[in-house]
Amino acid sequence: MTDTTETPTPKRTQQAGSGGEGVRPIDSWETDFDHTHPDYAANAPQIWDELRDTCPVARSERFGGMWLPTRHEDIAAIAANENGWYTSHEVVVNQYSADDVMPPPIGGAPPITSDPPFHVDARRLLLAPFAPKKVNELVPFATDFCHSLLDSALAKAADSDGVFDAALDYTQAIPVRVIAEMLGLPAEDGDIFRTFIHHIVENPIERELEEEETAEYYLDRHIAEHAANPKPAGEGDLIDHLLGVELYGEKLAPEHVRGTILLLIVAGIDTTWSSIGSALWHFAQNPDDLKRFRDEPEVRPFAIEEFLRAYAPVTMARRVAEDHELAGCPMKAGDWMLLPFPAANRDPDMFEDADKFIIDRQKNRHGAFGLGIHRCLGSNLARMELTVALDVFVERVNEFELVDPASVRFSTGQIRGPRELPIRVHS
Amino acid sequence: MKINYNRELCQGHNRCYMLAPELFDVDDEGYAVLTATGEIPPELHDKARLCVDNCPEYAIELVD
Repeated sequence: MTDTTETPTPKRTQQAGSGGEGVRPIDSWETDFDHTHPDYAANAPQIWDELRDTCPVARSERFGGMWLPTRHEDIAAIAANENGWYTSHEVVVNQYSADDVMPPPIGGAPPITSDPPFHVDARRLLLAPFAPKKVNELVPFATDFCHSLLDSALAKAADSDGVFDAALDYTQAIPVRVIAEMLGLPAEDGDIFRTFIHHIVENPIERELEEEETAEYYLDRHIAEHAANPKPAGEGDLIDHLLGVELYGEKLAPEHVRGTILLLIVAGIDTTWSSIGSALWHFAQNPDDLKRFRDEPEVRPFAIEEFLRAYAPVTMARRVAEDHELAGCPMKAGDWMLLPFPAANRDPDMFEDADKFIIDRQKNRHGAFGLGIHRCLGSNLARMELTVALDVFVERVNEFELVDPASVRFSTGQIRGPRELPIRVHS
Repeated sequence: MKINYNRELCQGHNRCYMLAPELFDVDDEGYAVLTATGEIPPELHDKARLCVDNCPEYAIELVD
């Protein structure tokens, strides 16, 4: 027996800033799509489902030319990249560019911006710190932190008719605190990290940053501090690890260390924030699922994966490296290729009742963490944080609901999740 | 029933290890290690099927 519920849709979305692509009205999702447009943020699941039936590889001339595949089969094939038709040199469609991005196959944030064969060697340096048994050592730390956040949030709720913002007062802080711990960066620098992230992944950029505000300036300072204070082997944090490892017999280039740290900050924060927030948004509207999650511990591992499938936050991007044809469409070198893994996760050819949330779904080959060689390096960390955040939340909060569905705000761009999520709790 | 696990296809999603630690372990780099290399006992058949049905990379299959 399974409970099934329609996956709901957000009612209101973030307004794009002025001057960018995101404000121009959409002519047609088939020929003029824009993943940074507020209408896309509001309706993305429906847009993917319609395109899959009518135009499975959509086109847009925005951002210099983009493609949007929506079938699992196509997205998996692009991720597999067996013919080398795509490069990972750039993975975010934006106006951001660092001054001294390393040339292919390395890219600005190795290994996510790296192509084979360099990719596999650069990635191997990071696999051990993110392997499941290593990551699970952080469960007590994450659990204590989630409790401390809820201590504050519930105290706030007690003074405001049971209301707090689950996105701003709870889910936002969790991945920031955990990655700061892993990297050995100050716990209070979360706002600084968010500035970097929004500059890199959100469109359009509202203003250019001063040099002292840039990620490069901040990270160079902390890398220098780590280098000046070496720690004994096995006692260091991730920055110490990157300063200590060797690739092809040499220490990593300074830009490699900096690019990788920036990757770990950017890729690990808004993504996991989105996942936890989407799960709470679902629970707030589906009390039966909340009850099963709380009462049936054996359902929880399946529920976590179903949250990841149904509310996958990340759309990756590639550049077309060689002209070729995909689903009858002419791909030209230099075109952007979006990889909407959330759309692949809703393909009815791949998943039974793909548009339904089934809390104990038994067949679930979801691609929330990507597919192929770029599988999310931090997937075990993200899964751990999502699990701990929900376990602690349902332990501390009995019932809760949205204050007003219209007051929920979803992000635009390549990372999808609630950025404002006011809820009312009943303890 | 036996399990066929293709290390070349595994990308370290860790779905099998989470679902069935009785059948799979995970190495220091996060890749799956098939520990149930022989005949799978009947009481673990359902778990073996779960591993197959949840591997995003199609790296696991069952053979009679």
